[in-house]
Amino acid sequence: MNADLASAVLGLAQLLLALGMALALVRLLRGPRAEDRVLALDTLYLNAMLLVITSGVVIGSRVMIEVALVIGLLGFVSSAAAAKFLLRGEVIE
Amino acid sequence: MSLAAALLILAGACFAFLGSVGLVRLRTFFERAHPPTMGTTLGAVLVLLGSMLHFSLVESHPVLQEALIAIFLVVTTPVTYLLLGRAALLRGQGTKGN
Repeated sequence: MNADLASAVLGLAQLLLALGMALALVRLLRGPRAEDRVLALDTLYLNAMLLVITSGVVIGSRVMIEVALVIGLLGFVSSAAAAKFLLRGEVIE
Repeated sequence: MSLAAALLILAGACFAFLGSVGLVRLRTFFERAHPPTMGTTLGAVLVLLGSMLHFSLVESHPVLQEALIAIFLVVTTPVTYLLLGRAALLRGQGTKGN
């Protein structure tokens, strides 16, 4: 009974995170400015990372932590590079 | 499976979701920059705490790798937002609605 309730709660959390990703995608497509799109990409990455961690808890696998770490690293590097490009016109000067 | 861990993860997911709602609903860029940070700080920390609690109970020894992700997020998020905010300020029209 308790395990069933916990599974339902985790399923709800996964649903919320997926909806959050969809909303970030809406902002990514609508813009209107380039900064908004980069911000939406950052949010999309974060929600995907949290969804991966939640899925790791659901399937009981520790490997998902490494996956989440890689997603977090790549998300930071890509958003920082895109923001730097918007700021100066080139990524590495 | 611990109900406390599941509830922690649900609370974190709620914060991340509300951050995304704010990202879509607010009008200007500088307003929109605020809500997603709720997900990156409190949301991520709650989800990671839930995961730590769950795996510590399952494997019956402390599991701390999630703290690495939390520290990394806390260090890197301000860098991204600082660069984005300065880009928006320099490129202008950041306070115009849409």
